[in-house]
Order: sequence, then C-alpha cells, then structure tokens
Amino acid sequence: MNNDAQAYWQANIRLVIGCLVVWFAVSYGCGVLFAEPLNSIRILGGYPLGFWFAQQGSIYSFVILVFFYAWRMNQLDRKFGVQED
Amino acid sequence: MSLQLITYLVVGATFALYIWIAIKARAGSTGEFYVAGKGVHPVLNGMATGADWMSAASFISMAGMIAMKGYDASVFLMGWTGGYCLLAMLLAPYLRKYGKFTVPAFIGDRYYSNTARIVAVICLIVASLTYVIGQMKGIGVAFSRFLEMPYEYGLLVGMIIVFIYAVLGGMKGITYTQIAQYCVLIFAYTVPAVFISLQLTDNPLPQLGLGAQMNDGSHMFLLDKLNQTLTDIGFNQYTARSDSLQNIFLYTMTLMIGTAGLPHVITRFFTVPKVRDARSSVGWSLVFIAILYTTAPAVGAMARLNLMETIHPTKDAHAGEWLKYDERPTWFKNWEKTGLLKFEDKNGDGRIQYVKDPAQNEMVTIDNDIMVLANPEIAGLPNWVIALVAAGGIAAALSTAAGLLLAISSSISHDLLKGIFAKNMSDKSELLAGRIAMGGAIVVAGYFGLHPPGFAAQVVALAFGLAASSIFPALMMGIFVKRINKAGAIAGMLAGLGVTLVYIFWFKGWFFVPGTEMAKNVADNWLFGISPEAFGSIGALVNFIVAYAVSSITPPPPEHIQNLVEDIRVPGVVRR
Repeated sequence: MNNDAQAYWQANIRLVIGCLVVWFAVSYGCGVLFAEPLNSIRILGGYPLGFWFAQQGSIYSFVILVFFYAWRMNQLDRKFGVQED
Repeated sequence: MSLQLITYLVVGATFALYIWIAIKARAGSTGEFYVAGKGVHPVLNGMATGADWMSAASFISMAGMIAMKGYDASVFLMGWTGGYCLLAMLLAPYLRKYGKFTVPAFIGDRYYSNTARIVAVICLIVASLTYVIGQMKGIGVAFSRFLEMPYEYGLLVGMIIVFIYAVLGGMKGITYTQIAQYCVLIFAYTVPAVFISLQLTDNPLPQLGLGAQMNDGSHMFLLDKLNQTLTDIGFNQYTARSDSLQNIFLYTMTLMIGTAGLPHVITRFFTVPKVRDARSSVGWSLVFIAILYTTAPAVGAMARLNLMETIHPTKDAHAGEWLKYDERPTWFKNWEKTGLLKFEDKNGDGRIQYVKDPAQNEMVTIDNDIMVLANPEIAGLPNWVIALVAAGGIAAALSTAAGLLLAISSSISHDLLKGIFAKNMSDKSELLAGRIAMGGAIVVAGYFGLHPPGFAAQVVALAFGLAASSIFPALMMGIFVKRINKAGAIAGMLAGLGVTLVYIFWFKGWFFVPGTEMAKNVADNWLFGISPEAFGSIGALVNFIVAYAVSSITPPPPEHIQNLVEDIRVPGVVRR
C-alpha cells in the first residue's frame, strides 16, 4: 500500500469509529442503558426521552449517520485521490 | 361494494402490475440474473432494499409485538434499523468494490478456500430458507383471511406469481417488482396509521401523534393514558422496561449484527454502479425503511389503546366495566373464527376480563398479527383501506420471499456449481441452472409453507443468530483485518456458529425436536439472563476471538490475498 492509500485508510477508520460512537450512544446509550433516568425528561409533547430514543430518535439518528458517512467518505476519496473514474 | 370484491380488485391490480414488470425486465445474462447488470440507481435500489428487507414479520407482526410488549419491543426497532449503519460503514462499499455476484464468493476468495465458501453457502441457505417459510405462511394467511380462499390456494397463487417474475427476471425482475411492492406496502401501512392518529390525537403524523395529547377532552398525553390504562388493571407500564437490561442490550446487538450479515440484503448493494452509490444507497434504504419503522410504534400503541378501550372502556356509560361477551364488536367475531383471538369465560360472568394474571385472564389468545390486520376494522375505517392492508401484507411477503429465493438459487448455481463442482460451465448454462435452482427453491419453500414445521416461529431466531455469529464477522474481518487467514476464518465461523447453535438447541431442543431440550427455556436458567434469541452477539464475539487467536499462531495469508484486501479498501484503482 502506498502512503496515500495508507493515510486514506487511517482517515476512514477514524471516521468509522467516530460514527460508531454516535451509533452506540443514541441506541445503546440513550435508548437502553440510560433510558430509565432519561424518561423523566419529556420531549415533543408527551414522549419520555428514553422511550423516544428507543422507538424514534435512534432510527432518525441512524439515517443521518449513514448519509453523513457517505458524504465524508466522498470527500476523503477526492482528497486522497482514490475515487473511481 | 363488498369488502371481498374490493380486496380482489386491489390485490388483482397489484398482481397485474408485478407480472407486467416481470415481462418488461427479463434477464438475458448471468450478470443481469444475479446483480441486475449492476445498473440500478442508488435511490431505486434503496426502495427495492426496503421491500426486500421489510417482510411479512415487519409489516404484519412487528406493530403487534410493540403493542403487547411496549418498550421491550424497541429491540426490533433499533436492531432492524441500526444494522444498516454497520452495513454502510463496514461491509457494503467494500463488497461492492470487490464486484463479485454472491456473498460466499467473497468469503471463498478472501480466505482462498472452498471449505470457507461451502460453510458460507450452508449458513446462507439455512438462514434464508427459514426466513422464506415465514413469508410463504404470511401470504397464505393474508389470502385466507381477506379473500376467504383456502390457505393452500392462497399459497399456490403466491408461489406462481413469485415463480413468474423471479425465474424470468432474476435480480433484474425482482428489483423492479420490489420497487413497485415498496410503494404498495408503504402506502398500505401509513394510510391507516394516519387515519388512526387523526382519530385519537388530531395529529396527522403518527410519529408526532404518539407523543401528542388525546383529543377526547381529557388533555392527557396518549402515552400517559396508555400507561395508566395498563397499570390500572395490573399490566406493566408501556413506556418502561420489563425485560432485563443485559438481555435488551444483547438482543438489540444480535439483531443489528444479524441484519448486516443477512446475504439477501448484502447482495442488493452489488446491483448499484459504483462504490459511492453503495454508500448512499444504504442511506436511502434506511430512509425508506425508517418511514415504516417510525410509524410502527404509533400503530402499536394506538392499537393497544383502542383494544383496551373496547374491552375496558374508561369513558361513556360503561366506564370501568368489562365488555359483555354478547356485545363484542364484529371484528372480534371475525378474528375469533381464525383462531388468532380466543376468549374463555373463566369466571362465568359473561364479561371479558383482560388482565395480566394468567389464572384470571380471559383473553387467552391475542395473536400479534391481528394488531395491524384488524387495526382498520377496530378503528372503523372504510373498506378500501382494509383491502389496501391486505395487498400491502402480500406485497411485503412476496418481495422478501423473492429476495431470499434469489440468494438461495445464486448460491447454488454460482457458488456450488460454477464455483466448485462444474467450473467449465458456460454463461448460458449457468443462467439456466440459476433458473432451475430458483424454481426448485420455490417448490421447497412452498412445501414448507404447506406443511410448516412446528418450529417455524423459533427458527427465525436461528436466522439472525446464524448471520450474526458466522457471516458478519467473517466478512468484516476479511475487509478490516489483513492478518486473518484461512484457518482462522474457518475456525472462527465454526466456533461462533457452534456456540450459538448449542445455546439455542439447549433451551429449544436439539434440532428443535420437542422434549430434547436440556433446560427449560425460562430466564432463571439462561446464562447471565441472556435469552437464546439474543445469543448471536455472543457467538459473534467468540467468532472474532477464535479467528484472531488461530490466525496469529498460523502463517499469514499469501501476498496476493493481502493485495486483494488493499484493493477493496479503496474505491478506485490501487497504484503499487
């Protein structure tokens, strides 16, 4: 692997880890581990926050995360000159 | 017009559409048959993936599970969507770059081993076949309830439709019918949900209606009202956890990893033109899936509230009284006929007591599937909405069945025949073999649909456990850890698969044979309180550890394999 490809892969790994931290926080964190204390907070009317994360919020966050990842990766592809065509 | 006639018209119209698409999109080569010629637009592929993924279970059963389990059912909501993050970041773009037709082909090449490829094929076939049986059953149930056609005929009609477009069109035909099926199913799911949300809260968006105030003058929030109604008669709070924390955690993890490892989903991302498209296409898939998955919690909660209000009203003259059995509504009688709803007057007072304590509870059966299917009737919606729900349920089952059948047939014709046993096969005869394998798979699935094995419901856990403990780790390490070699991968897959299978069989009987279980399947017996369904993530962990350990004490993979890994890590061409 040449240096560019190596640096590209490192940047990719950093991005993936960052995204997976958020992925974990919104589902396992807010939706499972801390759901009970969060339930004392209400949002969007009558949603207990922990319950909202488990049944709504985590899913919205996943969608945003995947698009964010795709957008950042396209930038990295061009920055390191490894894009297709 | 009668309900039955409208249902025939709506379902008939959707079938005509599917067959028209099938004739338009015939496959002419193996590339078109396996991966639709790699020319599917990422947004359209997202839609097709949505239909491929959302099965009869998502469409019919999930809202019912949410209605009955409340917060605890969040495992399905998070698990079956969160897996797409793993797919987008850890698998799909790289496997698309590799550019082969099937998942076992990658495993075979990356671990330079036909044994690894065959292990992958076996996992794929077992996981996909168990899944397809459920779809066939869903088709039969939808036909028998709504068209009042015998179950067997319904199943046969479904098989013929899938046969026409899957055998003719392969992945190409399946993709374009799935796009149509997505539109049918999402429309059918959201329309009743919007109506019911309006009825209860005046808010047209079910996602917001679930958090809104009731419009019955009480100004209570819907979820508070539901919690109160349930706790008043001894059930647990709807929005609070009842299951153990570690089980919820691991069950969610198993479903996420399993989702990312299911071959029929992964293969869908082989059909887009570029690596870049594979990344965004996963995002679009998740958008289309999220529309249903964020609506489902509202459907579940509102259906439960309507059900409770019917049996144990909190307003009007009968407030606080249990419903008299003689005064039960028509939908109640209709569903009693199917056996999915059962009442037993235990105290002989002619009223329906619906409470938590099994000794006193008189609603002895409330099948999860009723919640979505009967929802329009319970809410008193017009007949065309009910017909639409029937067409949507059938679309969900057909689209998933077709995707699974393609995964099975291509692993037979491409991995076993062309890849291992008949390497000199021409493109034309491979295409024919693919079509024959598809036909055969449909017949086998139909047979199991007619004679469902008693363990049909239990094997779904097996499908996710298998995908999570064997396929996902093998694929992920194949991309991210260059050092994993043939011995490590095979040992890892077998170890992960082994512990998961043993744990499931331990509590559910060896090969699901009743009476052979080693311990009763209750929380007290489970290891650290982990249910068999949730054990796949532990299997995955075992797979990672064993693969890593075995690889580190055996020689590294040959240089051309290490180059292969470097190649798939970048979208473009690698300069060396």
